[in-house]
Amino acid sequence: MSASSAFNDEKGGSSSVGEPEYGHDPASGGIFSSDYKRHDDLKEMLDSNKDSLKLEAMKRIVAMIARGKNASDLFPAVVKNVACKNIEVKKLVYVYLVRYAEEQQDLALLSISTFQRGLKDPNQLIRASALRVLSSIRVTIIVPIMMLAIKEAASDMSPYVRKTAAHAIPKLYSLDPEQKDQLIEVIEKLLADKTTLVAGSVVMAFEEVCPERIDLIHKNYRKLCNLLIDVEEWGQVVIINMLTRYARTQFLNPNINESLLEEGGSGEKTFYGSDDEEDEDEEEKEKKAETAAMAKRKPYVMDPDHRLLLRNTKPLLQSRNAAVVMAVAQLYFHLAPKAEVGVIAKALVRLLRSHSEVQYVVLQNVATMTIKRRGMFEPYLKSFYIRSTDPTQIKVLKLEVLTNLANETNISTILREFQTYIKSMDKDFVAATIQAIGRCATNIGEVRDTCLNGLVQLLSNRDELVVAESVVVIKKLLQMQPEKHSDIIKHMAKLTDNIQVPMARASILWLIGEYCEHVPKIAPDVLRKMAKSFTNEEDIVKLQIINLAAKLYLTNSKQTKLLTQYVLNLAKYDQNYDIRDRARFIRQLIVPTEKSGALSKYAKKLFLALKPAPVLESPFKDRDHFQLGSLSHLLNAKAGGYQELPDWPEAAPDPSVRNVEVPEWTKCSSREKRKEKKVEKPFYSDSEGESGPTESADSESDSGSGSESASGSEVSASGSESEESEEGSESEEEEQKDKKKTKKELKKPVQESESEQSSEEEERKHARKSKISKSESESESDEEDESESESSESESEDSESEAEVKKKKKAAESKPPCKPVKKENKKEKKEISLLDLDDFDPTPSPQVTPVNSFLSSSLVTDLEGLSLSDSVLAPATMAPSSALKSYELLHRITGEGLQVEFCFSRQPFSPDANMVAVQMHFTNNASADAKSLHMEDVKLQSGMRVREFPEIELLPAGETATAVMGIDFCDSTQAANFQLCTQTRKFFVSIQPPVGELMRPVFLTENEFKKEQGQLMGMNEITEKLTLDATCRNEHTIVQRVTAAANLSRVPCGSDKECSPPVPPPDHPVYRFAGRTVTSGSLVLVTVVTREEGAAQLTVNCEKMVIGTMLVKDILLALTQ
Amino acid sequence: MIHSLFLINASGDIFLEKHWKSVVSRSVCDYFFEAQERATEPENVPPVIPTPHHYLISVLRHRIYFVAVIQSEVPPLFVIEFLHRVVDTFQDYFGVCTEAAIKDNVVVVYELLEEMLDNGFPLATESNILKELIKPPTILRTMVNTITGSTNVGEQLPTGQLSVVPWRRTGVKYTNNEAYFDVVEEIDAIIDKSGSTITAEIQGVIDACVKLTGMPDLTLSFMNPRLLDDVSFHPCVRFKRWEAERILSFIPPDGNFRLLSYHVSSQNLVAIPVYVKHNITFREGSSQGRFDLTLGPKQTMGKAVESVLVSSQLPRGVLNTNLNPSQGTYTFDPVTKLLTWDVGKINPQKLPSLKGTMSLQAGASKPDENPTINIQFKIQQMAISGLKVNRLDMYGEKYKPFKGIKYMTKAGKFQVRT
Repeated sequence: MSASSAFNDEKGGSSSVGEPEYGHDPASGGIFSSDYKRHDDLKEMLDSNKDSLKLEAMKRIVAMIARGKNASDLFPAVVKNVACKNIEVKKLVYVYLVRYAEEQQDLALLSISTFQRGLKDPNQLIRASALRVLSSIRVTIIVPIMMLAIKEAASDMSPYVRKTAAHAIPKLYSLDPEQKDQLIEVIEKLLADKTTLVAGSVVMAFEEVCPERIDLIHKNYRKLCNLLIDVEEWGQVVIINMLTRYARTQFLNPNINESLLEEGGSGEKTFYGSDDEEDEDEEEKEKKAETAAMAKRKPYVMDPDHRLLLRNTKPLLQSRNAAVVMAVAQLYFHLAPKAEVGVIAKALVRLLRSHSEVQYVVLQNVATMTIKRRGMFEPYLKSFYIRSTDPTQIKVLKLEVLTNLANETNISTILREFQTYIKSMDKDFVAATIQAIGRCATNIGEVRDTCLNGLVQLLSNRDELVVAESVVVIKKLLQMQPEKHSDIIKHMAKLTDNIQVPMARASILWLIGEYCEHVPKIAPDVLRKMAKSFTNEEDIVKLQIINLAAKLYLTNSKQTKLLTQYVLNLAKYDQNYDIRDRARFIRQLIVPTEKSGALSKYAKKLFLALKPAPVLESPFKDRDHFQLGSLSHLLNAKAGGYQELPDWPEAAPDPSVRNVEVPEWTKCSSREKRKEKKVEKPFYSDSEGESGPTESADSESDSGSGSESASGSEVSASGSESEESEEGSESEEEEQKDKKKTKKELKKPVQESESEQSSEEEERKHARKSKISKSESESESDEEDESESESSESESEDSESEAEVKKKKKAAESKPPCKPVKKENKKEKKEISLLDLDDFDPTPSPQVTPVNSFLSSSLVTDLEGLSLSDSVLAPATMAPSSALKSYELLHRITGEGLQVEFCFSRQPFSPDANMVAVQMHFTNNASADAKSLHMEDVKLQSGMRVREFPEIELLPAGETATAVMGIDFCDSTQAANFQLCTQTRKFFVSIQPPVGELMRPVFLTENEFKKEQGQLMGMNEITEKLTLDATCRNEHTIVQRVTAAANLSRVPCGSDKECSPPVPPPDHPVYRFAGRTVTSGSLVLVTVVTREEGAAQLTVNCEKMVIGTMLVKDILLALTQ
Repeated sequence: MIHSLFLINASGDIFLEKHWKSVVSRSVCDYFFEAQERATEPENVPPVIPTPHHYLISVLRHRIYFVAVIQSEVPPLFVIEFLHRVVDTFQDYFGVCTEAAIKDNVVVVYELLEEMLDNGFPLATESNILKELIKPPTILRTMVNTITGSTNVGEQLPTGQLSVVPWRRTGVKYTNNEAYFDVVEEIDAIIDKSGSTITAEIQGVIDACVKLTGMPDLTLSFMNPRLLDDVSFHPCVRFKRWEAERILSFIPPDGNFRLLSYHVSSQNLVAIPVYVKHNITFREGSSQGRFDLTLGPKQTMGKAVESVLVSSQLPRGVLNTNLNPSQGTYTFDPVTKLLTWDVGKINPQKLPSLKGTMSLQAGASKPDENPTINIQFKIQQMAISGLKVNRLDMYGEKYKPFKGIKYMTKAGKFQVRT
């Protein structure tokens, strides 16, 4: 192995031939077998019909690909297996296909049909993976197929498939840029998507295909801002970068006032002399900026959308992903008002703890930022101190930052730090430190002399590199005040004997030449020495020798005439043409001849002109015209595909383009409402103080309206509650709620309250259980009675409901349709009174009076069904046949005698059809009368509404009363919190609905049901396997338990008994239930398929995925108890 | 975005390549090797190298270079962060991320890379999702697979990607439900010659190992949350709740994960738990140098300082050392000039010391630099910042989990200048 790796050492060589390196491949059969033979046995394995052999072969092939060996001749054998059943073989075949399809286009076409089939698969994940592979095959012929597939997938029901479609767009674009226009249409469509899953991917596609079409973003801008926090981290980076560009084109510069000031300041900046004032200026500016921001803010008003972006990105500074943090930081740097940019410093400093590559990139960006906004990082100065263990490139960058941060208040500490760095063993770093000292010296006048002295001391350093670097830096410093420092120049002249580093020698020579009048005695001597060693010098030194000679000739021609001519003659025959040219040019200039008299007059002016001192400035200056955090910024060169960060516009473009009119996808009223709110939002959210609650509520409703998957439950402050409610069954929730509440209220040590609680719970559970069983038995008996008395054709014991149905059918046939409705109503009434608590007092409350709308409508359809076909059995219209669970709202101990229970009566709430009727049952166990029972201070999640129950004037001791209230839960299981008030007391209570109560039954025929179900596949379908309880295997109990868990109606299974009468699969019946959610009217379809031995499968189809998932849990619980 | 990935080992072999778009020839790595030659140390290879047609972005982990080839503008951190995530995933899967481990599991590696990127854009990077897609290899499973021919690829399609909590697997079941939290704090400090602290800050993390059935919803609260100056969260943490109440509320991923990392800034006073007395001198003209080092505990709140390891890069002029440790063992590598002293536990009654002479190159002048001393140590059952977890509650599930919290303080980049 080691030998072979040594053999491979020629880097990057295409090493496909005869590389005997299979040591680690468990599958490598014969090391000595030839290529040809090896592939032969792979082919054989692939052709066999054993999956394990195929898998083995594919693994070996993939291992070959991974090593970069050519396996293309296996293409025909591999592509045959594209439809293999084994999932791992299939995946590996995909890997192979994507790798080699480009080379073998014709053969690759063989596989296309498999993927096309996959695109139609009912499983969303299979659809997605088919699209993924299909779009990865780079074969031009299939471009139309890909286009079609992408278009179709873009309107797929599953967000995951849509995400894959977004991923496929850039792939197709790179394959065939001609398709751009069509792809933009798809992008536009996907941009309107409101799920977080899609957002990141589609913006990525947008950036790759049409980054110039900024107009596509307008309508989606606010949505993207609001979704941002829930998008996966990689998507966040892409979106933030895009939004930065967008904001630069759409909003006004928030620093417009300050930037005027800045310009005034920067005028001075270019002059090195005025550092003092400049620094004061800087600080003053900081102060001014704030006051100016206060005072001058008036003319500039930040666009609310601009503010929205800043506010929604800020929490992402806390991301664990460095790329996200950097993206937010650059957004703030480029877009935020100066006073607010500071927030990013802390997060960036945090990133410095990460891997060295991350540090490298972050420090580059920090270096750029520190030039513009020094104050921001000043408090973190010490975080940039250098450790001896840092890699050199990190050290140099930290040094850069430290230098940028230096001002006269901290310069002494920084210089002390620098002193320790100079002793470092890492010489490159020492050199950089010396440079840094030089820059500090030029920027901060006060320390210039100190620095210079320090540097001169370094000239006696033992390390040549250090000395050389010092010379170069001193040269630059001396240029500022040469007359003061002739002794330093003298000292340096002596160094020419020892220093060998060309750059340093050149620097010394230049210095002596430039300031030869300060060292008139030494200069000619130096030239003499140099002339001696001229031929051995480096080019750069030679050039300076010529320079020195020329200058001396002009100032002191007596002493140096001969020397100069000697040097020029040497240079004339030098190997380097630069030097020859220079020599010729200088000779013409300084030595007057007849031909060139005109110029030599000006020779002195040319050579001895006063030269401005160099400005030592950071290499990071002005790098911020590149978008920070970008590759182009890092390289300080435009990378391919870089989008320029546009300048702020003079006047803001029309902000109304971002207003979203009622979009097509808003179907129901509640969504519309949310939408309106969203449009309004930026206006009131403008003020800073307004933060948490509104925002969270908004973002929640916003995403919630789109898809539950995106719902901001984890963001919202009340997240835990909503999350919780998703998890448990009703009873659990109740307990938790209570637990929490008591904890909050009592604020006692927990153990105490817990123990108390548990005992209470026990008690309650007990009570509830008995109640349920009681009412259950009652209901059963009741039904049986009825069926026996009213219908003669009662069949088996499991057909009560059917009997009921038939009875209804009969009624419908014989009487005008209005009558059965009435009858039904009556029955309903009766049932309630029987099913509810024994001491139920049938007061005339709203729920009983109205015409039972859903029942009547279902009956009408029922009748229609009858007239159309006889085969369809009359619907088994649901009846809330099972017990209504009642929940405790107020315990009689906490309520000081007042006990309140509530139940969901499952009646339409007449004043508002979108509300769930909640029946409250008050019992006064106290000795005194309770007066004026009413509700107050209702606290709701956004979108929810409550209609209060009418005030109960008087509840005498020992009496009971009922009242009905309506709550619009907005199809969520969020609790409605309110205060229940008596004359004397107030109790905080909350009602949280089990998910099953958020719907009302609808009637569907089996065919309708199947049709609707077909449209709610994929994401909207949740399937769960279960084993039915021994007691729960007959039709009756199943139906009963399902309808008890959720307010649904059974869909008649017509074909079961009537059409194919003799061989109904009696042991595998299918039960279907249907309902609609109360608020939005989304369909909820439940299917229970039973199999042998109690095995069963439960399927719930619902547009609202959260409701679907929770419902599955609840029904599962109900069926397996 | 990411075009291709090359894995290069320390000796410069490309031992794995993977392309997401059309194939990029491995000769592109020549630019990388050039840069590698120019850099004196392996860690000094610039992370971003421009070439005429591509850009190479690389990270170095476990002596393997992960070189990504990209073609157009992309935030460099995006790629770097992703590459680190790839390494973390490998480590998670194979226990170690070495060349041998990658070569042994080349198929799994390939499958992972295939799932993590689609057309160069990250797709699934959550380890919980990946584990549902591709099961990590274990010895048992490898044996079973060879016998039965079954696969490492998950039979079921993962639903995690579709859920609201993409970081958590669905259908988690444990018989013992347990949740462990490790509060680990690292002290980064620079101590100057005279023993005074130049800079010191605390970097803390809370690593969790949560093995709970179902969908638990946890809340973790602190006694003194105000200490946490700057925090970054795992995506599962509800940010708004933290903002409002300073409580960590989250549905945890299954298994090990980093819940939170935080920073206690240098503005706060940081207790330094050890001190160093040192006397390292070289005399002019002599080929001998003196080395004298004593360690002692300070501000440890009565806890023992353990696993102490001292290392120092001695000047190039040092030929060899002749030292005498009062406890532990020391080694000196004459090639790299690295001195390490494994001290072990510090006994406050008898302070550990390392004394002796260094022999220098004859005739060479005395080195003008003094070595810095790096110290590593551990203190159990203490978080040096004083951070304390108040309580951990679970909602959403019925069972009672076993909860455990451990504190530890370690030295991070702890340097003493001499």
